[in-house]
Amino acid sequence: MLALAAGMFALAPFMINAAPNEATMGLVYKIYFFHMPSAWMFMVAAITAGIASARFLFLKRPSADGWALAAGELAVVFGAFTLVTGPLWARKAWGVWWVWDARLTSSLMLFMIFVAYLLLRKYGGPGSDKLGAGMALFGMANVPFIYVSVNYWRTFHPLTSVVPTLPVEMGIPLWYCVTAFTLLFIVLLRMRTRLEHQRARVEALYLLEDES
Amino acid sequence: MMRAFFRVAWIVVKKDLTVEVRSLEILSTTIFFAVTVVLMFSFGLVVDGRPLNDVAAAILWVAIAFSGTLALGRTFERERHNDTLRALLLAPADRPALYVGKLAGILLLLALVQVVLVPLVGLLFGAPIFDHGVHLLALLAGGTLGFTAVGTLFAAMLVRARSRDVLLPIMLYPMTVPVMIAGVRGTAALFQPTPNLEATQFWIALLVFFDVVFVTLALWTFDPVMTD
Repeated sequence: MLALAAGMFALAPFMINAAPNEATMGLVYKIYFFHMPSAWMFMVAAITAGIASARFLFLKRPSADGWALAAGELAVVFGAFTLVTGPLWARKAWGVWWVWDARLTSSLMLFMIFVAYLLLRKYGGPGSDKLGAGMALFGMANVPFIYVSVNYWRTFHPLTSVVPTLPVEMGIPLWYCVTAFTLLFIVLLRMRTRLEHQRARVEALYLLEDES
Repeated sequence: MMRAFFRVAWIVVKKDLTVEVRSLEILSTTIFFAVTVVLMFSFGLVVDGRPLNDVAAAILWVAIAFSGTLALGRTFERERHNDTLRALLLAPADRPALYVGKLAGILLLLALVQVVLVPLVGLLFGAPIFDHGVHLLALLAGGTLGFTAVGTLFAAMLVRARSRDVLLPIMLYPMTVPVMIAGVRGTAALFQPTPNLEATQFWIALLVFFDVVFVTLALWTFDPVMTD
């Protein structure tokens, strides 16, 4: 699977190159082929972290904590990617790096929540797994509130409804990139979760040895 | 069942109040801190002796958030000092009732802070705080409850954590962005020369919704989070 994802990413520039230029924005719009899939994966990672945290907290599944941490880290990675590619495009399309638009602001706030989550996990000391789970759960519940409040505050991002209306030559590379990003997300999530589970096992073994 | 729940909550509130009344430490320092915040921001946001647009609402809510964080941190620092929070948790009582007690105590504290803070902002910026008093009161109550409901849970969770002083605002501020937006926009709409009551009502509704969801979630998560 790792090989497949890597292969798809190696091919992606050619696919994107083959897509026609957009009428008004020309070449610049092509960053969208990486921007939108990473934004989607950012959302998926955030939701995964929230669900895994709820499982850890309420069903007391120790393994869910590894999933939550891995998904939390991926949310920061894909969130950073989204927040870097977005302004690059906006500078050309809107003429400014940043606007206080609903989607931009709520993505930034969600990103901040997950950075705080990772800071908590890293520097919180003992018991931070539970604290983190509580926080990720709150973060997930907060998404609609952030969105509604910021939306009412101001808006001018291109609407989501642009996706189905894209012409086929643009649609194929876009969905190709979405698939590649999804694969990358799954591969990274599984690898990081395994690492975390093994780290937990090693820790448990050390504790066992200390006791004996 | 319900009566036992509220009795426990009331005992916690009474305990916190007794400690606070004897020293007045948190209340006096928090009030003075809030006043200082208002002045600090005024120096940045008042240009040529005139406040920028909507600045009164913004300063009011920033001061509420900052002083709220301070009060939350100090209240739980007191519990940590002699490990009294552990004693509370060991008591044969409903854990959510302990949460409600702590929440009510901090809300009372912040209400007293706002009794000073709101008139001060009204005085310094000429904001019409009495024209639509009920609306302003609803915004303040809804906003403070939402902020404190999340804050009490996080502060309680962080009692045992390292670097808790800095982690509390880091976690709490991004989480309460909807409260800040609703509070500031709702209050700004009220402070206009012709108040936009419709907008204010929308923000009050959002705050009520936020409060319901997050108080429920906090009651729900307090027990698993506080168990060792």
